[in-house]
Amino acid sequence: MMAALHHFLAMGGYARFVWPAYGVAFAVLLWMLVDTLATYRRRRRELARLEPDAPARR
Amino acid sequence: MFRFANPARFLRLSAALLPWLWLASALLLGAGLVLALFVAPPDYQQGEAVRIMYVHVPAAWMASFVYAVMALASAVGLVWRHALADVAARAAAPLGAGFTLICLVTGSLWGEPMWGTWWVWDARLTSVLVLFFLYLGYIALVNAFDEPTRGARAGGILAIVGVVNLPIIKFSVDWWNTLHQPASVFRLGGPTIAAAMLWPLLVMALGFMAFFAALLLLRMRSALVAARIRALRLMAADAEAPVHPGPALGAAR
Repeated sequence: MMAALHHFLAMGGYARFVWPAYGVAFAVLLWMLVDTLATYRRRRRELARLEPDAPARR
Repeated sequence: MFRFANPARFLRLSAALLPWLWLASALLLGAGLVLALFVAPPDYQQGEAVRIMYVHVPAAWMASFVYAVMALASAVGLVWRHALADVAARAAAPLGAGFTLICLVTGSLWGEPMWGTWWVWDARLTSVLVLFFLYLGYIALVNAFDEPTRGARAGGILAIVGVVNLPIIKFSVDWWNTLHQPASVFRLGGPTIAAAMLWPLLVMALGFMAFFAALLLLRMRSALVAARIRALRLMAADAEAPVHPGPALGAAR
């Protein structure tokens, strides 16, 4: 079991290229998601503050 | 097309689409990851390093596709002066830059063990680097103006001129002797890549596409909220304007 995991993580000797590639791709996609969601939420809160009477919109 | 260009209709339509796009992104990216890391076979020449291809190639496709979306939206915004088109172009730009960055970095990480170099100034790599700078230039330009409409117009012209780079990227591997290999999926005569590698690649590419679509719609909704905030602030500023305007200002009113 451990041997199989080790074999998988070793990526046939290319571990130091394959894992950083997946890591960078994941980090950039995550950054896109977090930035988009955080900006959207911040603006929604700001709008709610400016027009408290308006009906909540999705 | 203009039927969907109405902001109120856009808000309704995007709200209905978004949950499905998030679901599709999660399922396709999850399945793509499993297929790419566990199911796809190692390459007979590249060994396990071929797995880098499953993020590199979808990111590269998205890099060009998002640029085309951005340029098309810019053209619609310039010609028909439609605000939602400008909003779409601006929302797409950082996403395109992100995909291009993934493409460049993963390509470099594949190049070192396979070519023996992180970088080479061949036509494919150079033209994709130019694409990355076009995205950055567009983002800087649209944000350089206080008035969003003027920024969108200046950026739109840059985006449209930059379209010339897309065929250069696509055909660079045919027009010049590049170290980068030629197309093996979107080519005349059909794909030459093995089916066991093509399927994981396509699933991952669809995942990238769904994720882009979801983020694009959310960023557009976000921009509409920002526009509403700006309008409310302007109204508030007008209301607080001097109570006793000067004679000239008074006359103008």
